Amino acid sequence: MRSIDLVTVIGTKTIAFIAEAGYFFLLLYESLYWLFAGAFKKQPVRLHLVAAEGLKVGIQAIPIVTILCFSVGVMLAIQGIETLKLFGAESQVIFGITFSMTREFSPLIVGILIAGRSGSAITAKIGTMLGAQEIDALSVMGINPVRYLVSPVLLAMLIMLPALTFLGDIAGLLGGALYSTISLDMTFENYVVRTFDVLQVTDLMQGLMKSLIFSLLITIIAASNGFQVKGGAEGVGIATTRSVVLSISSIVMMDMIFTYFISR
Amino acid sequence: MNEIIKICALTTHYGSSKVLNAIDLSVRSGEIMVIMGGSGSGKSTLLRHILSLNQPSAGSIEILGQDIGKIDTTSLNNLRKQMGVAFQGGALFGSMSVEDNIAFPLRELTNLDEETIKIMTRIKLEIVNLSGFGHYMPAQLSGGMLKRAAVARAIIMDPKILFFDEPSAGLDPVVSAELDELILNLRDAMNITIVVVTHELDSAYKIADRITVIDKGKLILVGSVDEIKSSENKTIQNLINRTPRQQQINAEEYLSRLTDNL
Repeated sequence: MRSIDLVTVIGTKTIAFIAEAGYFFLLLYESLYWLFAGAFKKQPVRLHLVAAEGLKVGIQAIPIVTILCFSVGVMLAIQGIETLKLFGAESQVIFGITFSMTREFSPLIVGILIAGRSGSAITAKIGTMLGAQEIDALSVMGINPVRYLVSPVLLAMLIMLPALTFLGDIAGLLGGALYSTISLDMTFENYVVRTFDVLQVTDLMQGLMKSLIFSLLITIIAASNGFQVKGGAEGVGIATTRSVVLSISSIVMMDMIFTYFISR
Repeated sequence: MNEIIKICALTTHYGSSKVLNAIDLSVRSGEIMVIMGGSGSGKSTLLRHILSLNQPSAGSIEILGQDIGKIDTTSLNNLRKQMGVAFQGGALFGSMSVEDNIAFPLRELTNLDEETIKIMTRIKLEIVNLSGFGHYMPAQLSGGMLKRAAVARAIIMDPKILFFDEPSAGLDPVVSAELDELILNLRDAMNITIVVVTHELDSAYKIADRITVIDKGKLILVGSVDEIKSSENKTIQNLINRTPRQQQINAEEYLSRLTDNL
């Protein structure tokens, strides 16, 4: 009896996973479709909505991204110098800070931050609108809810996440530079010159590419959870938490997969 | 009179239970059709199907000569421009002012200039007696004002058909009567076909040209107010006389409900 129960649970979960994955890709397709084909269907994605979302997702996140990435840069410098001291190679910390910040930490921190900050807001907004029949109202007006609610956010994310990642790169490198120059008794100019010697465009591009993938993950996971809210205010809370957990988990896993393939 | 909405053998299931059972119904041009029934009778589900928000298991719905189950999304969206809906809770967008809510369909679906949109919005605000409240946010409005604002948004595109979902729900009798007047005025002034889903008897008697009674997903009767009042059908009489439903109690089943899975 128990083995049958286990099979039932596994079967049910598998079907639910496939259904959710299917919904994810359908929503992604629909969002991109309206982004590119909306104008031809006389339902263009409104630029003022993209700008408003860009302000919320990007501009308002500038202070927190700067502070966090600067702190991580300092932290990397502290840990790097302490570790490399064991081999007498403290000055090589520049390699660690530059590569870690641009390839890994900056896109990851920005992704996690935006998933928590904006992803949750998207889920809560769509879930609340669903409960108040606002999504139905859009549909019966002949306005596609995905075109109006998801595509502008997706475009804003695709613009803002790479921009924030680039900002995070600068803040992180600056944080690492400040600690390292003091700790290693090196001039700031010398540190910057060495950083530019080490840094390749491909390192920056790696982080920026990741941020583009994270944009898609955050937006679509948040929106799909929002559209599937059931059970009023409690349902919105559950969906919001689920959305953030799923977004962060998928960002970290996608980062691992991306890094694995890019470094082969 | 020609039929604006034609429903044939509409059947729908939620899981294994049949929510709508072979509904046949037509709504004539220019009439006010009230769909009545108790809670859980399927009247709101029927409305959702007419609005193409839900898909039926079987049957068809024709609106303005187009089968909404067979047309593509673009045609459906074009058809929807000729329909207005006032939802039970208003469904106004909370982040927009009343004026922006009403202007929203014009801004999204037309190429009209902003001045024209503003004038049209003010006209609709006047019609629903809300002029001067355009700058209010939905959260600042009373229940009755919220519903009138929803009506203004529903008529902004000058639709041919207007749908109301429980317009009187949660309103005091005076405000409810004002809304009934508004519905009648809209029909007369704009020559709109109106479909109202409600369980409020007084309101239905006042506004309806014809009433459809639904119970447990089945269509019981379609007729004028007098025909409904004089019907000897037990379900209709219970609805009119507000008779509580008699629960059949089976002693064995009752006992097992109390003692099972202890």
